[in-house]
Amino acid sequence: MQHKLTVSSIAAYAVVLGGAVIMLLPFWFMFVFATRSDAEILSVPPPIWFGNALLANLNQLLERLPYFWHNLSMSFYVATATTLANLFFCSLAGYGFAMYDFKYKGTAFAIVLGTTLLPAFLSMIPSVLIFTLFDWMNQPRALIVPGMCAAFGVFMMRQYIATAIPKDLIEAARIDGCTEFGIFWRIIVPLVTPAFGTLGLVTFIGTWNNFMSPLVVMRDMEMFTVPLALRSLAGTGQVPYGAIAAGSAIAVLPLLVMFVLASKRLIEGMTAGAVKA
Amino acid sequence: MTISSSTAVNFDPPVATMPRHRKLKLWDWAPYVFISPFFILFLIFGAFPLGFSIYLSFHQWDPAMGLEAMKWVGLENYIFVLGDDWFRQSLWNTIWIAIVSGAPQHLIAIPLAFFLNIAFGHWRNTVVGMYFLPFITSTVAIALVFNSLFSREFGVVNQLLTHLGHLPILEWVFPSTNIDWTKPEYVRWQIAFVVWWRYLGWNTVLYLAALQTIPRDLYEAALVDGATRWQQFWHVTVPLLKPMMFFAITLTLIGNLQLFEEPFILTGGTGGIGQVGKTAAMHMYNTAFVESDFGTASAVAWLLFLFIAVLTWLNNKLFNHSGLKDH
Repeated sequence: MQHKLTVSSIAAYAVVLGGAVIMLLPFWFMFVFATRSDAEILSVPPPIWFGNALLANLNQLLERLPYFWHNLSMSFYVATATTLANLFFCSLAGYGFAMYDFKYKGTAFAIVLGTTLLPAFLSMIPSVLIFTLFDWMNQPRALIVPGMCAAFGVFMMRQYIATAIPKDLIEAARIDGCTEFGIFWRIIVPLVTPAFGTLGLVTFIGTWNNFMSPLVVMRDMEMFTVPLALRSLAGTGQVPYGAIAAGSAIAVLPLLVMFVLASKRLIEGMTAGAVKA
Repeated sequence: MTISSSTAVNFDPPVATMPRHRKLKLWDWAPYVFISPFFILFLIFGAFPLGFSIYLSFHQWDPAMGLEAMKWVGLENYIFVLGDDWFRQSLWNTIWIAIVSGAPQHLIAIPLAFFLNIAFGHWRNTVVGMYFLPFITSTVAIALVFNSLFSREFGVVNQLLTHLGHLPILEWVFPSTNIDWTKPEYVRWQIAFVVWWRYLGWNTVLYLAALQTIPRDLYEAALVDGATRWQQFWHVTVPLLKPMMFFAITLTLIGNLQLFEEPFILTGGTGGIGQVGKTAAMHMYNTAFVESDFGTASAVAWLLFLFIAVLTWLNNKLFNHSGLKDH
């Protein structure tokens, strides 16, 4: 884009880049602190480059959170299972809404969209009762099953299927004798893989970061997900800054890798629907 | 529809002559089956809990005593909550944090998106990504890091502020001694800052998306009329961004009034000294899961929901009056 470098435009560039640095600085300190001892972290001026206390911090982290690796695998398990279920059920429902005409379709879709307006805290208390009733307390399925088909995913897949796949294709397969589920499985699924990538990332990150559900569901430290485990580090008394930074870095690292690999797709996925709204 | 149906007419007769009645029956129920997982899950984990929490809000109940111990109390829970100082305090905290963190988000995001849209060339996506990154990160992890950045003796924030405070011209703006961020007068600022940090990029991306839909000729026409960049921003961009402003402000409003994780982690779950950092959602959580008073907690949840609904409606009214419908 052509425009002259005046004093004011240079100032604007500086302010925007300065703001970007403020956005990134907490991440930078998180990684630096993860490799520094508590004494170094608490020195004046603070360390701004990496040290060599990473292993010591990890040991301290495992001392405080003996199940940390298990917590990490729990997070991976819950996030992966939720993501796979969402890809299947959301694309199935999205296909139903995009390619069929049926009675009450408009009402049904309005309900799907309407549920996104309900705050999570409203169902928080009775959910605990339901999980107790099902004997799901302290079980990962209490984190996985309720989120297996999110409204956002249904909306997103419907948009994608309606715009990317011609109805004639479905019609042709139907005339060739393909079953309704066969059409979905053998024609739609291979064609929506780009949308799967985006929805998968969004769902994985959302589940990975979820704090409120594990907070009310999980009782034993062994069953905690990573955010919940980390939270128990911030107690009273001696705060283990280095261990906290190391644990936080491990919790955030998978997300950072995903973001670097697919930031454009991720941003578009998360804001899907915003422009049309 | 008229165009597509006229082309379909040529195709229809041969299909109609086919024995398609049996087939119709087959795929009549297919879409209902396909969309059913969502509705089954919603009934069990969405609709039923909602109904049950309304029912609960009219009862006095400690879940440890079993379902038989539920006692009907009518509106008593609601009356108690409305008169409860802690609830009012938490609602006030929530509003305070919502405004102090929310308003600058939009006041900065709009000009930022405008500038990012015309500058940085192919580096634009990278810069946008840097602003967006806080949004995808784990709130708990990063809030814990913020806790150490805001620590009193050696926290980076205090070191930076006092450093600036010792410079000759800036000494009356910045503090010369360390601030204890856990003190009641600072806790909310700290929470508001972290919330602002987390959602600024999100709003910027929303406004950027809306800017892409503004036709270029409008800017060119303004340029021909001799409008400066500032005039273009004020007279072309801002009015055309109004629908997105409404959408983004609504999202901020709904999100900020439900604020839970950031204040929960930053205050160690307590709300801080004097509970000045305790939000309404935290108050609900504490009432239910610390005090085991599920009935009162449900009343808190529904009052908060009502409050959010009313404010969202007011926001809607406000935007309609200020000429949203013009565009």
